[in-house]
Amino acid sequence: MNLLLLSLLVLPFVGALAVAPLRNSAVAARRVALLFALAELALAVVTWFSYSVATAATQRFQLEFDVTWIPSFGTRFSLGVDGIALVLIALTAVIVPVVMGFSWEEKLPEGRSVAGFFALLLGTQSLLVGVFAATDVFLFYVFFEAMLVPMYFMIGRFGGPKRQYAAVKFFLYSLLGGLIMLAAVIGLYVASADRLPAGTFRWADLQAIAGQIPESTQILLFLGFFLAFAIKAPLVPFHTWLPDAAAEAPVGAGVLLVGVLDKVGIFGFLRYCLPLFPAASKTLAPLVLTLAVIGILYGALLAVMQTDMKRFVAYTSIAHFGFIALGVFAFSTQAQSGAALYMVNHGITTGMLFLVVGMLIARGNSRLVTDYGGVAKIAPVLAGTFLLAGLASLALPGTNSFVSEFLVLIGSFPREPVFTTLATIGIIFAALYVLWIYQRTMTGPLRGDGVLGGVAGVGGGAGPGTATAPSIVAERVRTRFKDLSGREIAVLTPLIVLILVLGFYPAPVLDVIDPSVVSTMNEVGLTDPVGGIR
Amino acid sequence: MSVLPMLAQAEPPLVFPTVDYGAIGPMLIVLGAACISVLVEALAPRHQRWSIQVALTLATLAGAGIALVGYAGGSPEPTTTLAGTLAVDQPTLFLWGTLLALGLGSILLIADRSVEPGGQFVSTGPEASGSRAAEGSGAGAVGTTTVTQMQTEVFPLTLFALGGMMAFCAANDLLTMFVALEVLSLPLYLMCGLARRRRLLSQEAAVKYFLLGAFASAFFLYGLALLFGYAGSVKLSAISVAAAGTDRSDTLLLGGLALLVVGLLFKASVGPFHAWTPDVYQGAPTPVTAFMAACTKVAAFGAILRVLTVGFGTIRWEWRGVLWAVAVASMVIGAVIGLTQTDVKRMIAYSSIAHAGFILLGAIAITPQGLSGTLFYLLAYGFTTLAIFGVVSLVRTADGEATHLSQWAGLAKRSPLVAGVMAFLLLALAGLPLTSGFTAKFAVFSAALSDGMAPLVVVALVASAVAAFFYLRVIVLMYFSEPAPDGPTVVLPGAFTTAAITIGVLVTLLLGILPAVALDWAAGGTFVS
Repeated sequence: MNLLLLSLLVLPFVGALAVAPLRNSAVAARRVALLFALAELALAVVTWFSYSVATAATQRFQLEFDVTWIPSFGTRFSLGVDGIALVLIALTAVIVPVVMGFSWEEKLPEGRSVAGFFALLLGTQSLLVGVFAATDVFLFYVFFEAMLVPMYFMIGRFGGPKRQYAAVKFFLYSLLGGLIMLAAVIGLYVASADRLPAGTFRWADLQAIAGQIPESTQILLFLGFFLAFAIKAPLVPFHTWLPDAAAEAPVGAGVLLVGVLDKVGIFGFLRYCLPLFPAASKTLAPLVLTLAVIGILYGALLAVMQTDMKRFVAYTSIAHFGFIALGVFAFSTQAQSGAALYMVNHGITTGMLFLVVGMLIARGNSRLVTDYGGVAKIAPVLAGTFLLAGLASLALPGTNSFVSEFLVLIGSFPREPVFTTLATIGIIFAALYVLWIYQRTMTGPLRGDGVLGGVAGVGGGAGPGTATAPSIVAERVRTRFKDLSGREIAVLTPLIVLILVLGFYPAPVLDVIDPSVVSTMNEVGLTDPVGGIR
Repeated sequence: MSVLPMLAQAEPPLVFPTVDYGAIGPMLIVLGAACISVLVEALAPRHQRWSIQVALTLATLAGAGIALVGYAGGSPEPTTTLAGTLAVDQPTLFLWGTLLALGLGSILLIADRSVEPGGQFVSTGPEASGSRAAEGSGAGAVGTTTVTQMQTEVFPLTLFALGGMMAFCAANDLLTMFVALEVLSLPLYLMCGLARRRRLLSQEAAVKYFLLGAFASAFFLYGLALLFGYAGSVKLSAISVAAAGTDRSDTLLLGGLALLVVGLLFKASVGPFHAWTPDVYQGAPTPVTAFMAACTKVAAFGAILRVLTVGFGTIRWEWRGVLWAVAVASMVIGAVIGLTQTDVKRMIAYSSIAHAGFILLGAIAITPQGLSGTLFYLLAYGFTTLAIFGVVSLVRTADGEATHLSQWAGLAKRSPLVAGVMAFLLLALAGLPLTSGFTAKFAVFSAALSDGMAPLVVVALVASAVAAFFYLRVIVLMYFSEPAPDGPTVVLPGAFTTAAITIGVLVTLLLGILPAVALDWAAGGTFVS
């Protein structure tokens, strides 16, 4: 009985309850919320060092906590982490305070209190920890579905103009996936009841009997889980909710959504689809790989064409998720380690890209790429961080994403040469979309249509930019367009440090991930095509 | 003639059947108190009636609850009493407990006089209360002279209905079941017509419910007659024995069963026998709607479970396909037509039709798992829906309840607490985890899946997803829309309504997080035959 994971789960929840009533005092709400987020981060660090890499090879889950919950359903409240879950919990613990720092002074829709927003952030964090730490399929499902609710309210209450539509679309998509997964969860229970003395939801027990379930049943159950995870991840063609949700969500919630929440889908592939349905995973891998490669190319192509910067980030993510899915279903230790590492790196880089875009939008009052130009001249620090986040996103060597993308590609090639070759085309697109958007917004002549009221309903009240001489435009933009503040730099610093450190020295994370990936490979019953990882 | 001596010879001495007073104590207390309540109505002075009736009713429910706990606490053997007409077994005890608890919540809503000054029920006849004026848009307070008084007949009516429901789900032969059906239905018909506001709508609801209910009763009675012709007995166990030996006419058996089930499904508002539900739910006074939605459903499904399990369990392969279709129809009708509703009460009505389909999934499994899942579902659903109608009664304009959905826009801004409670309850109806709705759905669906009803479970899940849309729509309106300038206000509820809503919300939360105890109760035992 180890209480660490339980505290990780409960602490943000308590924080949410503490923050929610502070509707009338924004200052107090912010401080209390940040305090809880930092305490959670500290707790996550303690957890990180309590996890023993040495015994991870023999012990599937560590720091286990287990009590009876609903005996008649055969489910227990049991928590535990493997390396992959641990790094994702750590990622969440890093992202949440960063998001809070970003949203510190964010302008919320009228009548909405910052207390509500921060309480929802903490609530989401608590449920995310539950999702990653659950070692009981039923418990996992409970957290997986419950997670929708705070995110739904964050998008719907605090988001952009089309927030209602986006929130409902997000909720219904996820709920539909979740309900189909529920059928598979119950099916798994029934299958276990046929093969064990009593039906169970315990992950380890279900994994132990995974081989006995006939393949036709496995395929059905696999598809049930897969659909929910593919919607969550999201894989093309189940992705259409993400651009809407990410574009309309407030930036803070968007970071959490794209950076961490979507990882639950890939995490689900690794933890549930592969080990619980090994035969089905092998049979259906080509299907998933096809979707993954389509996602890489399609996401990248649409990212190139986007004019809305938040949607742009969403589509780059869809392309990245394609890479991650490729790594997971290529079935080699290298590729899966790369995929797991990619999840962390993607959370950091895309989180940062989203934040920088948010900072830009907060200044320019517009999400449109065409409303910006020459920002680097007046806000060099902002431009610099944008470039760094962009380069990390296109996996430039020296940034963290390079390591993971390279591992995925090199690990996938021996088994899946065709899919891997196709996927590499995505890298070219990545360079194109990142550099092009940088060029259009940050370089060239100074523009500021959003600032000057070029977009209806927002802006400072000055006349349309076209009617004024360029030099006057530049002057006006210059006075209103401030470079990054100290707080904003402080918010981005941890992410920049992580991007560079993990770019040059990813070993601490990889060491934690590797034993769990090896276990997953064993559970699927496949060996590496070209020897071990190192 | 030779008949006469035979008759004389066959006449047995009239023996009063033995009565296990301990077992049926809770039901006797409720029915006895209902009679006393009628006397109170006749004898007590008008200005004291409300207090006496409320005290009497609450004491009755508490007393019946204590009697029930006292009896069930001794872990009694399942038994039949009154010459085998009533069966008191674990499911009966569970259903009685559920009915009493939900009845208590409903009584709290009915007794409340703070939400609507003077209570939700007219104090005089329909002519004098200015029904036409109340239909108009700008009508103010209606019946101002009697505004602080209330129709206290509603209390004995509620008690009679509750007593009838308790008898209905304990009835072990069809004739008793029919009598109980009438005892529970007749007061409900009346109660539907008592609304203080929107008199015409309320009376229309009452007439509609009465007419269709009379048809349903006739179906039931006809089915009963056919089954008596088939088995020579109205006892469920005798029908079961007769059905097992197959040398008699299946037409009588299946025809009788079909008619009987139509009557029962009507009461449970299972589609396609649901047509009355939206109109009646909308027109009836909201506390009565709450009572009907929560308690009638429990009683009706209790009876369906018993009839199908005890009487027709042996031939379940004969009727199963038909009820599969009924369950699918109910789920689809409820979920799809619910999408188009613009009135909160009608929307909840269609939601209850969809839920009836889900419950039916568990009821037709005829396994211990299905039984316990269904019982648990009834408990969970009852409390959630009770609390929802409690909340609905709070959102008002000058004309009464603001039940049109558009009037709920921006409610979260005016009253964050009420909106939060409503959102939570709606998510429970949608079956989100950490609410009782999820646990209940899980219990029922897993029972159905283990019994080989995978296609139905898939339909049920899709229906859940569709239904989630209209629950979400209310949440969207409350939270994401701006309030209209002349929108409704949320009245501060009095102690009674607050208590009812609080109980409903707490039970919904508790059964979502820690359902183990209630699930164990529900799985306590099976029907006695």
